[in-house]
Amino acid sequence: MDAVDGNAIGGLLIDVFGTEMTAANSTCGTCGTGRPVAELVVYRRAPGTVVRCRTCGSVLMVFVKVHGVTCVDLDGLASLSQLVARGDS
Amino acid sequence: METTAVRRRLTWQAAAVTSIARETASVVTIELEPPDWPGHLAGQHLDVRLTAGPIGGYFVWEPTDDSPLMLIAGGSGVVPLRSMLRHRLRAGSDVPARLLYSSRTLPDVIYRGELDQYGDGVRVICTLTRSQPPGWTGYSGRVNTAMLAETVWPASQHPLAFVCGPTTFVEAVAENLIGLGYPSERIKTERFGGT
Repeated sequence: MDAVDGNAIGGLLIDVFGTEMTAANSTCGTCGTGRPVAELVVYRRAPGTVVRCRTCGSVLMVFVKVHGVTCVDLDGLASLSQLVARGDS
Repeated sequence: METTAVRRRLTWQAAAVTSIARETASVVTIELEPPDWPGHLAGQHLDVRLTAGPIGGYFVWEPTDDSPLMLIAGGSGVVPLRSMLRHRLRAGSDVPARLLYSSRTLPDVIYRGELDQYGDGVRVICTLTRSQPPGWTGYSGRVNTAMLAETVWPASQHPLAFVCGPTTFVEAVAENLIGLGYPSERIKTERFGGT
């Protein structure tokens, strides 16, 4: 299965985080590399969706839908930061 | 027409569009190829839905950025890039732009008529990887370092690159651009998966 990138899960991320996240900055908890979510390596139907660091391959995020509930595992991330849009508190 | 079971529960599946034919001024036939089609009876219909949108805040271009625009497309990767060129035109932008577009054969070139219309300010360079028609004056073969070196904005002009298409295409092109001096933060990528 060919990997895609964070652009492909833009819709899933909106469902999970409630806002556009592909331009958000991620920091890998293993190697410390920072890059936009759009540039991460994404495997879909892995089962679920698995997001890996492009530098070291560590798993950063896992999304699995079980009985209509999306389970989110962000354990591999050191941080995820998003610019607050103008007008938001 | 193979099996003719009536499905008890509707399941959505993603399907590739294999052709579009204009029937009349207001009617288009879209041919779809779902991977798991169980067959159907003549007269049945489908529900078709587009995924929700618009989605994405990273692989986007706005005319407020006046850097020379370098668009590189592999196959259907041209779709978001063509959208950028249309927006550039509509916005009356004079940002210089180039599109390097790789397709298998001439019939595979999407938006061909539209791409032929772009005048000064947008340079469209096509390469055909599998076969070329007689008299073809564009490039032949896959995008490689030599082709990129001849066609992309020099790094010294601080261009902004968008690369879109199959994953292997995007990664090879991005790596080549870095070799040509493009900083990685000036290369935006969108990978579509397998060829």
